[in-house]
Amino acid sequence: MKLSGAEIMLECLRQEQVSHIFGYPGGAVLPIYDAIFDCKDIQHVLVRHEQGAAHMADGFARSTGKVGVCLATSGPGATNLVTGIATAYMDSIPMVAITGQVRTAVIGKDAFQEADITGITMPITKHNFLVKRTEDLAEAIAQAFFLARTGRPGPVLVDIPLDVSRNKIEFNAEKDYPRQVFIPSYKPAGPGARVPELQLKKAAQLIAEAKRPVLYVGGGAVLSDAQQEVTELAERTNILTTTTLLGKGAIDETHPLSIGMLGMHGTAYANHAVNESDLLIAVGARFDDRVTGNPDKFATKAKIIHIDIDPAEIGKVIQPDVPIVGDVKTVLRELLKFVEPRDWTPWNDQIVEWKRTFPLIYPRDGKLYAEYAIEQISEVFGEECIMTTDVGQHQMWAAQYFKSRRPYQWVTSGGLGTMGFGLPAAVGAAFANPDKRVICISGDGSFQMMTQELMTATVYGRNVITVVVNNHSLGMVRQWQEMFYSERYSQVDLQASPNFVQLVEAYGGVGFRATTPAEFDEAIRNAKAVTDRPVVIDCVIPTSEKVYPMIPSGQSIAEMMIRQDLEQLKADVHADGAEWSFSKEEEVLKQYVELVQSGKSGTPQ
Amino acid sequence: MAQLQQQHTITVLVENHPGVLARTAGLFARRGFNIESLSVSVTDKPEISRMTIVVGGDHRVLEQITKQLNKLVEVIKVVDYTETAAVEREMALIKVNAEANVRTEIMQIVDIFRGRIIDMSDKTFIIEVTGSTDKLDKITDLLAAYGIRELVRTGVIAMARGAKTANRAGRDVD
Repeated sequence: MKLSGAEIMLECLRQEQVSHIFGYPGGAVLPIYDAIFDCKDIQHVLVRHEQGAAHMADGFARSTGKVGVCLATSGPGATNLVTGIATAYMDSIPMVAITGQVRTAVIGKDAFQEADITGITMPITKHNFLVKRTEDLAEAIAQAFFLARTGRPGPVLVDIPLDVSRNKIEFNAEKDYPRQVFIPSYKPAGPGARVPELQLKKAAQLIAEAKRPVLYVGGGAVLSDAQQEVTELAERTNILTTTTLLGKGAIDETHPLSIGMLGMHGTAYANHAVNESDLLIAVGARFDDRVTGNPDKFATKAKIIHIDIDPAEIGKVIQPDVPIVGDVKTVLRELLKFVEPRDWTPWNDQIVEWKRTFPLIYPRDGKLYAEYAIEQISEVFGEECIMTTDVGQHQMWAAQYFKSRRPYQWVTSGGLGTMGFGLPAAVGAAFANPDKRVICISGDGSFQMMTQELMTATVYGRNVITVVVNNHSLGMVRQWQEMFYSERYSQVDLQASPNFVQLVEAYGGVGFRATTPAEFDEAIRNAKAVTDRPVVIDCVIPTSEKVYPMIPSGQSIAEMMIRQDLEQLKADVHADGAEWSFSKEEEVLKQYVELVQSGKSGTPQ
Repeated sequence: MAQLQQQHTITVLVENHPGVLARTAGLFARRGFNIESLSVSVTDKPEISRMTIVVGGDHRVLEQITKQLNKLVEVIKVVDYTETAAVEREMALIKVNAEANVRTEIMQIVDIFRGRIIDMSDKTFIIEVTGSTDKLDKITDLLAAYGIRELVRTGVIAMARGAKTANRAGRDVD
């Protein structure tokens, strides 16, 4: 049967089991949208800005592990995707971006809405294609999906000129769609690939010999869906586990062996643990500068085992003693064959002591704080919800206080740090997980960068909840200006913002404002009851709040700043005997240690 | 021991696709690697191009370059000639002032360097000379005395000595 390039493209997406396309039409994609008009089995989601489409595809991918798909027209449509593509690239998220292009005959002639999008996205895609003949389209799309999802995942862009999607050729998807993709120059390590036994034995030996080991787990473990393996390794060896911002959920953060996030705004105890460790087992993590600070002063006493699927990450920042290249899940499974059980150690007690000394804590003085809001969300929505964030102080508070239970539950822009990511990512995640509630933690700055996607949520009846942590300023920049620029607050004041409650109502959603903990409790309860439209909670917090702990950029744990009122806050908690999160954790931990010491260690819970 | 800044000659076999040069050169630019010279041409297999790149940097920089190049989907193979016995050659065309009174002198220099005069006018020669980078530097220095009007060099190309080749069948550097 003769099919147009556009129809072939949709056939290819069907073959890849694509369920949703997030897109926005335009001149160069008219044939594609004409084909979409008849397409019943793939849902096209009409966004309000192409950047929103890219973030939705990203949120879709991060909350499922599947490849997200976005679509935009040539020129400005394509360039509007760029921030979203770069966001996905920095965090290795599988995504296929399809763009229209001007007719092949006028490429390079500065035609209307022409932009060299393959040139522009070269450094921010894993690979990209400009398809010049309809005959080449199916193969390009097959390769794009293959590249996006295999090896170290990443975004791939396919640029399709107008005539390529309009021309008709003979095509039968069953027969003509490449079942297997073979790219001679691309040989990614995949699941099941052989892992050199020598390296595994060396790693196991280091683990056996270590006195002060720490597991440092990153986004690679989430992408590899290796929670079970990470947990098994931690439990068998009783090694306490810290996760990066993107590694959240690689181990259940309520697990007694989890010590939360490390790095610039990581917990003090995770950072102390890494700093004093004699063995750091890096699993799918890339020693990002937000983790290491000054790499010359990072974990200087530790030997390093580095497990990563990308050989280029090995030795990029820190030279490991034992490098293992491969898919995290596969490597850990193999490694577990060689790893002997270890007892609970005095070193673990030391880390737990640090946890008691430097707990995550915030004032209980009747004011509303972001930390409280985030804890309440976990309380109300439980482990089934998905949390997305924007970028800034609220993101770090969310990373500290939201306990991620499983992979794909925590969706945040780490590497690129893209403000505006949270809301569209939440909408994308909501399409991918209709049975789960999606909550976006945003800030008054970030929220205003992609507000228009509230309309998309309304039109498609998605009840995503956005909690705007509103401190009437660009809080993270303000924090740095306060600390490092002599309180010269330059261009961070957002007193003049729209009324967020009225704004979401204008978009057809529901709005609440909370200025006290009680108001927030009520707002979140009311929000929970909304089933068919977006909700925004304007959560007003004091402007002067800062994120602690903090290791200033490029420095080391020696320069770590903690809350000045930490001792007072701890005393207050003990004085009124109130329940606070850490005491619950301590109880769980105590039970676990008793279990381990009674000789039943390593039994999955 | 401090790592010395050093020059490395690497050969990169790539799929002969449009844009592959931009991808490769772009990688050097955005990762902050220095290209001293770059030379590209097709190979005996028309679907494969061969780049010879001279880069500056210590051992760790070279390792990153190699690994990052290998990540490019269209890069088939990267070979580093630093530790291998290899032949490296470069060619230069030099347009030099050659008035009648100095022609013999210049011709002697060209002879010593096994170059050739491939064009002559009443005032100039074009000299073609092939060899190592060092040799080209030396003849350039000597000819500078007569006034070089124009100079072009191809950049280094390299090949391993003996039966070893850089083709697909070999082992990737990583």
